[in-house]
Amino acid sequence: MLKIFDTDIDLAPIWLTLEVATLTTLILLILGTPLAWWMAQMRSSNKVLLEALVALPLVLPPTVLGFYLLIVLNPTGPVTEFLRWFGFEGQLTFSKTGLVIGSVFYSLPFAVQPLMHAFEAIPHRLLDAAATLRASFIDRFRTIVLPLSRRGVLVAATLTFAHTVGEFGVVLMVGGNIPGETRMVSIDIFDHVESLEYTKAHVLSAVMLVFSLMVLMLVYGINRRFGVKVG
Amino acid sequence: MKIKNRVRFWSGVVCVLFSSLVSAESTTIAVAANFTKTIEVVGKAFEAETGHQVKFSFGPTGKLYAQIKNGAPFDAFFGADERRPKKTIEDGLGVKQSYFVYAQGQIVLYSSKYRVDRQPIEVLRSADFRHLAIANPKTAPYGERAVAFLKKKGLYEGVKSRIVNGESIAHAFQYVVTHNAPIGFVALSQVVDPASPVYGKGAYWVVPASDYAPINQGALILKRGESNVATRAFIDFMKTPKAIAIIKRYGYHVH
Repeated sequence: MLKIFDTDIDLAPIWLTLEVATLTTLILLILGTPLAWWMAQMRSSNKVLLEALVALPLVLPPTVLGFYLLIVLNPTGPVTEFLRWFGFEGQLTFSKTGLVIGSVFYSLPFAVQPLMHAFEAIPHRLLDAAATLRASFIDRFRTIVLPLSRRGVLVAATLTFAHTVGEFGVVLMVGGNIPGETRMVSIDIFDHVESLEYTKAHVLSAVMLVFSLMVLMLVYGINRRFGVKVG
Repeated sequence: MKIKNRVRFWSGVVCVLFSSLVSAESTTIAVAANFTKTIEVVGKAFEAETGHQVKFSFGPTGKLYAQIKNGAPFDAFFGADERRPKKTIEDGLGVKQSYFVYAQGQIVLYSSKYRVDRQPIEVLRSADFRHLAIANPKTAPYGERAVAFLKKKGLYEGVKSRIVNGESIAHAFQYVVTHNAPIGFVALSQVVDPASPVYGKGAYWVVPASDYAPINQGALILKRGESNVATRAFIDFMKTPKAIAIIKRYGYHVH
């Protein structure tokens, strides 16, 4: 609890939000990298469809995404049934796990697109040269691709993190607003406004505004500093 | 009669005949989301009977209040409780004398899975449902009453950890309809409406009115609509037997 301006503000939603955002970012970096690499190598016309699918969460209203997740992830639905085969006992909706799953879909383009563009910018002759010197794929990836895509990886990570922090529509739909479990700060601010607790809403909003500004400045600062000249 | 007088006479007749069209006005009213279906039906009856036009803007009561406070162009405000509409009077935005309670909401316990119509208290006490959906008690009067009811019957502690909050009663209802919560407290209006997705399915129990404080939904004319003929006409229409019959049909009490 934070006591400020004569009112008690619960900070738990902020910690939960940071936790969900961190988990989502890690998962998207791990899953997004192979996907982005594969897409960067694609030459066929299927690439267009794949790019569109990846970009979909950018365009779709978050409430639509949340609504479909609510239907697909419900405990009597196919996804949960499938997981029960593996001993899964809980419920995906109304859980932190469900939120992370939703956030992964919601922030997917913010991770994959910067990664893909960074990978596309790497000239093949560097990789080919390393291959002729008998470097394995993992070796080449680790020593050539990753260092050269440093900027892209950092942008992907910071944007994914920041985007998840600001998530509202998806969280509203599948969260259930459970304190400590699914009550993210965006929902909390919404509730404070709804119940006329404007001071609390102001404080939390100001915190999120400053935080977002700092993240964006970090991203643009990185862009300047880690500008990599290739070729 | 002289021509001059005849012209005057017939102009007068024409004016009187067209006066109903000339004075047919339009009004924009902010309405709490839970009352959407009901007021749309009342609105159509109103337009048919008076020739005035009424437009509705729906939303959570708190949001509507915030919008009104910041100059939103509404002529009247129909809230889901009394607190927010009354606050507009305090803020100098609402017309005090026009305030009235237009409906009383009723909560029901609904379940797609359990026989709450037979043994509501038993189900709440001992059934192994994973989640119980209610509207957020902080923001929605329906949710607040549901929690008060549970506490009164000594059931709250047992279900506390399994409660999921919908942002509004409509949202709580959505959780139940999509089977994410097998049981929940929703509005009577949501289960008695023939167009409702749960109509005829599952079981519901009307929580006795004596077990919770009435959910008085208050309405008033806003300063902006004070001189609007259509606004006044609509408020008056809401008190007619025709409108009251519609409101009751959709599961609300009216006094």
